[in-house]
Amino acid sequence: MKTVKFTVSALAIIAASASGAFARDQIQTAGSSTVLPYATIVAEAFGENFDFPTPVVESGGSGAGRKKLCEGVGENTIDIANSSSRIKQSDIDLCAQNGVTEIIEVRIGYDGIVFASDINGAEFAFTPADWYNALAAEVVKDGALVANPNKTWADVNPAMPAQDLLAFIPGTKHGTREVFDEKVLHAGCKASGAEEALIAAKGEEDGKKACLALRTDGVSVDIDGDYTETLSRIDANKNAIGVFGLSFYQNNTDKLRVATMDGVVPSVESIASGDYPVSRPLYFYVKKAHLGVIPGLQEYIDFFVSDDMAGPNGPLAAYGLVSDPELAATQAMVAAGTPMGPLK
Amino acid sequence: MTMHATNMGNSLYKTDPLTKRLNAAEARFRIYGMAAVAFGVLALVGLLTSALGTGVSAFRQTFVEIPVMLDAAVLDKSGNRNPEEMAKITTIGYAKVLETAMVAELTERGLLNDRVSAKDAGGLISKEAPAQLRNMVLANPELLGTTVEFRALANGRVDGFFKGRVTMESAALDSNISPAQLELAQKMRELGLLSVSFNWGFITGPDASELRPEAAGLGVAILGSLYMMIFVLVLALPLGVAASIYLEEFAPQNRFTDLIEVNISNLAAVPSIVFGILGLAVFINFGGLPQSSPLVGGLVLTLMTLPTIIIATRAALKAVPPSIKDAALGIGASKTQTVFHHVLPLAMPGILTGAIIGLAQALGETAPLLLIGMVAFVRDYPAAPPEGFLDPAAALPVQVYNFTQRADPAFIERASGAIIVLLVFLLAMNLLAIILRRRFERRW
Repeated sequence: MKTVKFTVSALAIIAASASGAFARDQIQTAGSSTVLPYATIVAEAFGENFDFPTPVVESGGSGAGRKKLCEGVGENTIDIANSSSRIKQSDIDLCAQNGVTEIIEVRIGYDGIVFASDINGAEFAFTPADWYNALAAEVVKDGALVANPNKTWADVNPAMPAQDLLAFIPGTKHGTREVFDEKVLHAGCKASGAEEALIAAKGEEDGKKACLALRTDGVSVDIDGDYTETLSRIDANKNAIGVFGLSFYQNNTDKLRVATMDGVVPSVESIASGDYPVSRPLYFYVKKAHLGVIPGLQEYIDFFVSDDMAGPNGPLAAYGLVSDPELAATQAMVAAGTPMGPLK
Repeated sequence: MTMHATNMGNSLYKTDPLTKRLNAAEARFRIYGMAAVAFGVLALVGLLTSALGTGVSAFRQTFVEIPVMLDAAVLDKSGNRNPEEMAKITTIGYAKVLETAMVAELTERGLLNDRVSAKDAGGLISKEAPAQLRNMVLANPELLGTTVEFRALANGRVDGFFKGRVTMESAALDSNISPAQLELAQKMRELGLLSVSFNWGFITGPDASELRPEAAGLGVAILGSLYMMIFVLVLALPLGVAASIYLEEFAPQNRFTDLIEVNISNLAAVPSIVFGILGLAVFINFGGLPQSSPLVGGLVLTLMTLPTIIIATRAALKAVPPSIKDAALGIGASKTQTVFHHVLPLAMPGILTGAIIGLAQALGETAPLLLIGMVAFVRDYPAAPPEGFLDPAAALPVQVYNFTQRADPAFIERASGAIIVLLVFLLAMNLLAIILRRRFERRW
């Protein structure tokens, strides 16, 4: 009986402390798995150098993070959503509906998307048109639209080795896929003249959509997991080309051989200069109502965009983030806590 | 009868066709059985060798030991020895101090050449080390101005070199380390500046970011799992046992109790992620409990474990012979007395076994924790209970999952290491269940 009493009273104490003292003293963030490594690096350094607890960083995807941010205002909702794609109008509407009216948009830098194959394989030099002709459902051949007949990279472009076509591309739930669709497939569709032909054949709307339609004969494989899965798939199938984030590639340069795009080797420098075409900005979104309520939140976001962290010589750049040339403006905006305006 | 007839006139020593067929069938079945067992054993061996093969090295780690001059002019500009003012020097400042110390030591030993820059030399030390040094100095400002023997973690690539994961060939292609740095590390090891020893930090330390895989540990995850298990034990065992005793001994047999029974069996088979969705809706969104906390995790796992415990407990109660109950009732014991004085003590070993197996199942669960925010990067240890139940924490299986997601290859070793720790805990719990059963079980 004694133990029962003890248990009951212990539970009562916990319940009381749960409902009574409800001050959360650590920052909670969630979102993109691409931003996750950068966020953990900053969180770790923040915990070490400031008198605040280390922020908790959850992953789960850009869209899921933004949705969580928009759940409402209060200590049982998150403070920051990390995102590898820009916030959407639907997110902003959902936020407004739940009372999250002011969101601060912070661009932390740029991330490159690279194409790489096994270290012992052949060298590749791609253009977006090559990728379109390799993976699209319909391509232009001898002036006519046909179902994709290409079997090897040499069929696509005689300058490339006669290696069987096989590509591991990010699945549709990834923010990376959006960039791949837009900057590689769509650009290639245009460049190869397929867009014109598709629009002529199917009309404006459907033609543009058909640009992003991939062949379904197993040449293009969607990877729903993360880059570690793509890497192990390439390890098992040396003929394949995979799509990776620049930082992932930089941590595995001894296993992967990177391909050029439009003749440019992807690197922090070539992405910063804009020469390498496949890159995207990374963001995080802060709930303004939590500034001043959650201890350390303002300090954390200031620290995140400081030159010590996000600058060209900071640890984020060392990990593979391409530093934003307009970082100073971002710093001023974050310090002032300016919420974002309507989407353009 | 027919069998008897066909056997007529045959010697027992000579096998007739029917016996042959029966014997052959038995032999075949034995082979099937052995094949099934062999397949299971093979799978287990495969799992263990892959986990042990890659994971054992996580328990050993490379350390650098160098004298570090703590220059008061750099680390305490005001000279007041006031920790608050000294805290303004960040880990970036301390990293420079470490780099200087490394270069000084290497120059003295004549190890530096023009292939290794100061930055390369400093890069042999983990990025965790400046934080350690800073904490050490802030805790004891008296150290300023002295030279201390400082033991720091070596960089993950250097560590990988001594474990065979990184080779000179791979380093030549690696943008994070150069063969010259590895040669330097090799020479340092020969001079005793660098050593490989048991890595307590892996078991006790918190998680670390991708820039310092060598520092990543399981401390927060083990504590988080422990807190959740306490919750599950304290909540699920009494609730489960009370429910089973009522259903088994007191409840009337009607449609309603039948319905409850079916539902309990059903719940035991519900995918665990469903409990996570429920936990998010009820405990976090409605109840307002904090995210990522072992409290919510424990509650969710309790819900998940309850059906298992109820089913095991009812089976244990059923196994107590009715003669014991009848005897107790016959000498005038009340129903409650019968249950609590006779049936429950005899069923206890079975109940405990069921509870421990339920706990072990809960310990290995990740899916429900995903939705309540426990699959996260948590670096601060949760406080001591009861406040600690509300602090964010990770859990062991979650940590395995997190490690496997990371880019740096050093995390592969750590993921397998975490699997080994998890397996050890599970093995210990299952052993405990077996011991309890052996020790207290009664046979009738």
